[in-house]
Amino acid sequence: MILEWLGDAVLLLVVLPVVIYLLRGVLDAARGIVPSVDRITTAARAGSKDLDAAPLLLTTQTQVVKTIEAAANYGGSLDVILDDVKGA
Amino acid sequence: MPAASVVLIIAVVAIVAAVVYYLVSTIFALRQITTGLDGAIGAVVEIIEKTVPVNEIVTSINQNLDAGVDLLEGLLVKKAGISDAVGLVEGLYPGAAAEGLRNFPDSREVTAPRIGEVYTRGTLTLARLGREAPIAAASPMGPALRNPPYGSAAARALYPGGRPERPENLPRSPVIGADSPEQYDPNEEVGGPRKRMPVAQEGS
Repeated sequence: MILEWLGDAVLLLVVLPVVIYLLRGVLDAARGIVPSVDRITTAARAGSKDLDAAPLLLTTQTQVVKTIEAAANYGGSLDVILDDVKGA
Repeated sequence: MPAASVVLIIAVVAIVAAVVYYLVSTIFALRQITTGLDGAIGAVVEIIEKTVPVNEIVTSINQNLDAGVDLLEGLLVKKAGISDAVGLVEGLYPGAAAEGLRNFPDSREVTAPRIGEVYTRGTLTLARLGREAPIAAASPMGPALRNPPYGSAAARALYPGGRPERPENLPRSPVIGADSPEQYDPNEEVGGPRKRMPVAQEGS
């Protein structure tokens, strides 16, 4: 009988607090991750929105090609119009 | 049932209840994490999809710009010479002469002349041409000074009533010689105004 009371005391005074402590630690850790994940999601969505202008690079590419073509045309004309430097 | 057994059962039930409560709470927290990660993954996938063509496009842009730099550097050195070319680049971008021209490694050893003393008038002329060129219409400095499609508008403004045409009858060139109809008499005209010849009529 004494052993049964002793076992009950161990369960209530030792096992139960230890179980609650450990499980609360796991729960706090899991809940601590949630805000971090929310911030990551917000940052990723903002980054994705910032890249909405990326397709404009196609326009930039086209404009660069046109600009270089125009420069090449002017350069060809200048090459004909202007004399080369002496000794070249 | 002995009291000790009852207490044992109560203790076990309490432990199980605590385990269930905390585990269920943990499950809900993990589900929130999963939902948040799904959103983050979706946004990251969007980022990846949007940046896929960037590398290719930027590489293409750089290749075209490299070709432009090669063209302009080559033309500048060909026309102005390596020394003046470096001086001109230094004049436009102070400190650039230290890096030299990309396709002309020797340009780093060239002492850049003070291009302002060499090209002052030419630079000013070019600057004015650039200011008045049609491309300057898109310049942040304002519209072009000259309106290329209507370049004669300013000249026409000098004659608001219409540009005058030549007079119908102008004195004809005098006939000179001993048998000319109008003889020049030095005794009459020396020191006086020149006598106007009569206007010859059409058909005469």
